[in-house]
Amino acid sequence: MVCSQCQERDAVVHLTQIVSNAVTQVHLCEKCAAERGIETNSSMPSHPLGDFLQAVQQQASEMPGDAARCSYCGTSLRDFRTSGRLGCARCYGAFEQSLKDLLRRVHGSATHVGRGYVVADEPALERDATLSELRGRLAEAIRGEEFEMAATLRDQIRTLE
Amino acid sequence: MTLDLSLLPDGGVPWLAASGEHSDIVLSSRIRLARNIAGFNFSARERDGERLRILAQLRHALPRIPSLSTAMVLRMDDLSPIDRQVLRERHLVSRELVGPDGAVDSKPASAVLVSEHAGLMVNEEDHLRLQVFRSGFDVPGALQAAVRVDRQLGEQVPYAFHRDFGFLTSCPTNTGTGLRASVLVHLPGLVLTQEIAKVLQGLQQMGLTHRGLYGEGSDVVGSFFQLSNQTTLGRSEEELADHLHQVVKRLIEQEYAARRVLARDAGYIIEDKLWRAYGTLRHARSLAADEAMNLLSGVRLAVGLQLIGGLSIYTLNKLLVFGQSAHLSHHAGRSLTESEANVARARYVRGVLVNEASAEG
Repeated sequence: MVCSQCQERDAVVHLTQIVSNAVTQVHLCEKCAAERGIETNSSMPSHPLGDFLQAVQQQASEMPGDAARCSYCGTSLRDFRTSGRLGCARCYGAFEQSLKDLLRRVHGSATHVGRGYVVADEPALERDATLSELRGRLAEAIRGEEFEMAATLRDQIRTLE
Repeated sequence: MTLDLSLLPDGGVPWLAASGEHSDIVLSSRIRLARNIAGFNFSARERDGERLRILAQLRHALPRIPSLSTAMVLRMDDLSPIDRQVLRERHLVSRELVGPDGAVDSKPASAVLVSEHAGLMVNEEDHLRLQVFRSGFDVPGALQAAVRVDRQLGEQVPYAFHRDFGFLTSCPTNTGTGLRASVLVHLPGLVLTQEIAKVLQGLQQMGLTHRGLYGEGSDVVGSFFQLSNQTTLGRSEEELADHLHQVVKRLIEQEYAARRVLARDAGYIIEDKLWRAYGTLRHARSLAADEAMNLLSGVRLAVGLQLIGGLSIYTLNKLLVFGQSAHLSHHAGRSLTESEANVARARYVRGVLVNEASAEG
């Protein structure tokens, strides 16, 4: 693929941009990318988790599943590599194998041996949380005069109550 | 909203009292537990309104959590930058919660709950960060109290928990117990005898990490260090806390030994330097923040060596925290420039020292 800016050199940087709600792909060579101020060196020495992220990175580059995503929140292994943060609790399941290796490297273990935890009444607590969310959305719908939506939400709330 | 510090239980800093063991060396012991609420994305992927819903769910549960039911709830986005910084100077909130330096706004729905039992940061890097402080050297006491609050909280708010990985956190460096046990220590003896580099290296090998007075990213000033465990997984809460306790216990002995060496080999030189530090604090008309911290460090050592009598560790702790810039601005009712703050700091320190029973040699 040829660089979309100079049309000469090979494109090595592939950017996905969102410009006025449209997704565009830009392919750049290293030189043009540098001119645009895009960092092509993927190491992150300035991050406080430097070593740790590098470990993730090395591991990820060995793994074919770099683009693997958590189906719940959409975080990819690559996102995690850049930020050092996972997107949600289910990421731990989605990236279980990679995380096990990483946790072993960071903590010397991948298994929790501390206090256990059982949610006393999870369904009730979850219902409370859902109800408060639905009530919030209902108030919004009424404010926005979306009465059809409001009626649906009201039914959902009644069912849960 | 203006922050009324008198409404905070014990000002949010009961540990200043210096009532615990070895409080001349260990200012405070702290346990922090990182928790996330099941069903919400972590902060890096938060969806619209999730931060507000997290805070709402917590407030809804509060009356049923005995150790937090009477907590004062402070929303960071209701507070001025100065007031947010005041909470930071009291170690009640993290830099993440305060927001970047000089920022007018903090992230929406970030909050801190302060009760006499614990502090709880909401919508930090993790949804919940529970903190318990103890005065002096009392890591087990802090752990016991933290576990009690955590148990009550976890009964009312469903935590994100995994059978193998334990308590799930936004960053895997905290996963497992989510526990960070730390002590704030004053090690001038080891610094002056130049043993400190070796000691810190040793601590690292034992799995402890060191930072400045205000944690991650803060400089070491005045020989004050924050020491904490590096790993959170694969060992129980008690093991992690006990490890820190044992290592710090040895460290305290090393510090006392270094102080004995100082008193023996450098007697009058040290004595003179420390009295000069006291003299400057007692009479200066302008004190920069770092300067004041270094001088207070000297006077603290002098009190520890029993060179200066009539000054309490409580007073020195108070000067260390309340003499910082945001506290001075808060007291003045407006944002002070650096030079104004230096003048205000000197006035504050003089005022406190003159009211203490006059120091004697």
